[in-house]
Amino acid sequence: MMSGSSVPRADIRPTQPVRTAQPADFAARRQALRVCGRVLIGAALLPALRLRAETAPAIVSATKSAFGAGSLAEVLRLLDAHPIPSDDILLNVPDFVENGAMVPVEITSRLPGAQEIFIISEANPFPLVARFAVPEDTDAFVSTRIKVASSCNVHALVHSGGRFLSVVKATTVTVGGCGA
Amino acid sequence: MPDPIRIRALAKDGGTDLHVLMPHPMETGFRKDEAGAFVAAHYITDVDISVAGRTVLKATLSRAVSEDPLLFFRIKGGRPDDPVRVSWVDSWGERRVDETVISAAT
Repeated sequence: MMSGSSVPRADIRPTQPVRTAQPADFAARRQALRVCGRVLIGAALLPALRLRAETAPAIVSATKSAFGAGSLAEVLRLLDAHPIPSDDILLNVPDFVENGAMVPVEITSRLPGAQEIFIISEANPFPLVARFAVPEDTDAFVSTRIKVASSCNVHALVHSGGRFLSVVKATTVTVGGCGA
Repeated sequence: MPDPIRIRALAKDGGTDLHVLMPHPMETGFRKDEAGAFVAAHYITDVDISVAGRTVLKATLSRAVSEDPLLFFRIKGGRPDDPVRVSWVDSWGERRVDETVISAAT
């Protein structure tokens, strides 16, 4: 006879019924992991954010977040802009461009007291292209070159006396500027 | 270290024309290299331009500004030999500052 047989069966039986994982457990685990992930991502981004804050203290944070916006509507929402079309802004963009990586853009504002000029390219992954803060002694005029992802509307937005005014011009691009 | 900023400041008609060219790759992060891997985003984010110690333009750029960003603008006033100072900071925290003086239109 084996000695083990003398051990009462009841002792080796689990005192508690074995609990199999329920769908609710997975949901809780998923939630916990998700929270952990966010915290980790946040921690990773923190030094970068601090650096940005140090390098550009004068730039309004609303403008900064508008640069991360993924659509024209989102850009305007973050800038708190409800632009009015204006004939006093001249936007010079070619009707047709072969290379979307280098599109000349020239903006002149005849509005009194223009404080800021924005360039927005509607089809870009991040539509807000550039912002220029224009002091009083600087003409409300700027000329630069931008990348345009595909044929789309380019907007010139001018912040003047608490209002936003804009002008829109369509440009046709043969080769998009995303690969540049 | 990136190449020096090229600045041309020309006094004319009671104002000054400023041309600023900042050599920089302006990588969007969307471009792929020959091996098919994405090239890390790297672009100028902030530009400060001053004439005789006075800020004349502050620009906030995105990755959608073309490679080697070029800015052209005009200011009222400015005399020959006034110092012009251009500084930029990019998305990696790199910086570059260069100076010149306003030249008289010939």
